[in-house]
Amino acid sequence: MHRIELVCPAGSLPALKTAVDHGADCVYLGFKDATNARNFSGLNFDPAQVREGIAYAHARGRKVLLALNTYPQASNWPSWTAAIDRAAEYGVDAVILADPGLMAYAAQNHPQLRLHLSVQGSATSYEAINFYRERFGIQRAVLPRVLSMAQVEQVIANTPVEIEVFGFGGLCVMVEGRCALSAYATGESPNCNGACSPGKHVRWEDTPRGMETRLNGILIDRFADGERAGYPTLCKGRFDVNDETYYALEEPTSLNTLELLPELARIGIRAIKIEGRQRSPAYVAQVTRVWRAALDRLQAAPDAFQVTPAWMAELNKVSEGQSHTLGAYYRPWK
Amino acid sequence: MKLALGPLLYYWPRQSVLDFYADIADSPIDSVYLGETVCSRRHELRLEDWLEVGKVLAAAGKEVVMSSQGLVESESDLKTLRRIVRQCADGEPGFRVEANDMGAVRLLGEAGVRDWVAGPTLNIFNPTTLQMMIDAGATRWAVAPEISGAALAEVRAALAAPIETEVFAYGRLPLAHSARCFTARHFNLQKDTCEFRCLAINDGITLRTREGEPFLTLNGVQTQSARVHNLLGDLAGVQGKAELLRISPQGSHTRAIVELFRAVLAGARTPTAALDDCRPLMVEAPCNGFWHGRAGVEQYVAA
Repeated sequence: MHRIELVCPAGSLPALKTAVDHGADCVYLGFKDATNARNFSGLNFDPAQVREGIAYAHARGRKVLLALNTYPQASNWPSWTAAIDRAAEYGVDAVILADPGLMAYAAQNHPQLRLHLSVQGSATSYEAINFYRERFGIQRAVLPRVLSMAQVEQVIANTPVEIEVFGFGGLCVMVEGRCALSAYATGESPNCNGACSPGKHVRWEDTPRGMETRLNGILIDRFADGERAGYPTLCKGRFDVNDETYYALEEPTSLNTLELLPELARIGIRAIKIEGRQRSPAYVAQVTRVWRAALDRLQAAPDAFQVTPAWMAELNKVSEGQSHTLGAYYRPWK
Repeated sequence: MKLALGPLLYYWPRQSVLDFYADIADSPIDSVYLGETVCSRRHELRLEDWLEVGKVLAAAGKEVVMSSQGLVESESDLKTLRRIVRQCADGEPGFRVEANDMGAVRLLGEAGVRDWVAGPTLNIFNPTTLQMMIDAGATRWAVAPEISGAALAEVRAALAAPIETEVFAYGRLPLAHSARCFTARHFNLQKDTCEFRCLAINDGITLRTREGEPFLTLNGVQTQSARVHNLLGDLAGVQGKAELLRISPQGSHTRAIVELFRAVLAGARTPTAALDDCRPLMVEAPCNGFWHGRAGVEQYVAA
């Protein structure tokens, strides 16, 4: 059995140090611009912070991965290639890319730079993953959150590329990299702008009907007194379909695959990714601590692995909507 | 400019599908995309049936393109994909293929196919990526609907040699794919036992905000816009930026809509008048924001 790497989110330098201190094998981060899929104000790293973060992680034997996983366009192409150049100069351990053009640039100009295929690349089959391997020599692919366990196993059996899957955190119900819902509602998309349902389009309105959340004027949800009003991520709102009001696409919930760890290890997963660069260092600490403990337990005694109620309680505290799901790993979810 | 009929995104009864394409065979359309691109559980027409429909359309003088599935999940999805590539490579019947994921691009390369369509879900946003697809054998670029007219013009201007370009000109916008079936979810069913409830819901199920505003459309594992993306009124600005216009099949009036586009291209109708004629034929209000670099839901009229 391979040792499974724990890949944790760092939206800031304090979060990076917290992740490293609590047992992350790798941290992933982004620059302060649209070159990554968590382009939120107050988040991400300037050059000095990247250097300090890398030094901190490397001094403790951990890796730093840089997400450059949005799609550059003709007009802004030089900003993305400059970001690749900086990543190589700073000595990150890998870049996480989605755009084939950018991969070609990295492979040509920085052949020593390790390439990971981002979840935003939407590669859901081994044929797609092997395309990126043959063309650019990618060494790892992050799978979209759409495949069942058997399908993930089939992918692993048919590619030499290391496979990383999401273990915990905010859940995209749509195939990542193939979702234009935010672009449709706001003009800004994860693919091109690095943000879904961006904050500048959000309005919270206390009305006689209840607290209303809007995205670019579109009503995403309405909350009764005593209901906790959530952020209006547009696929997690309540809508009317044939006169029935419900979470038509997905509830506000988090993915949590802790109980699947032995199975994920058996089929040969190489890394588990924790979502949440937009979350606080406190979230990073809590989630990293639990997953580190679980992975260590699994490594020590694979056959005796059991999820403890304490772990689940800790994770539920920081889950969106205080609930969790196995997502596509659980057939009825589909 | 040529007119292309996009793949049928909904699940219609077999006879309705056959009648629909029989009607299309003598319509003023140049290219027809065929095949199931949304959900592999749909089976009113199998791949062999689609190829038979293609033969009838080809005999009627239409260019036929077989579209590959957007979201490939299982080994059985890959089997269908390989069969689509093989019918092209073997010349039996040899229809061109629209690649809708990089797995399809890889298989087309492996089979030595050098004349395929780069589909709208390939995420081609810049000249470097598009050039790579051209080098791999793409001879037409079907642009993702979210890319604006100005952005696609920039991509084209940066290419070493031009590529035939197709824009999404009419229909509810395909916005997202999921492993989850939202139609089954609406009926409190699971995808594995969905009872094929999307059958005969001819234009999908409209999802409204709690204020009653039509927002999205549930079409099985696909989510579409509720509004109808319609570039009829913008055709003057599309000229020079694309060589083909894609019209997405609608439950009714598709042929009349095709004829309106043809009338504008022939100079027999003004874009504004054609858009007005089109309104009663649409399932929902129009939008065109994506083409103008704005939120897709907007209906933008230049000042």
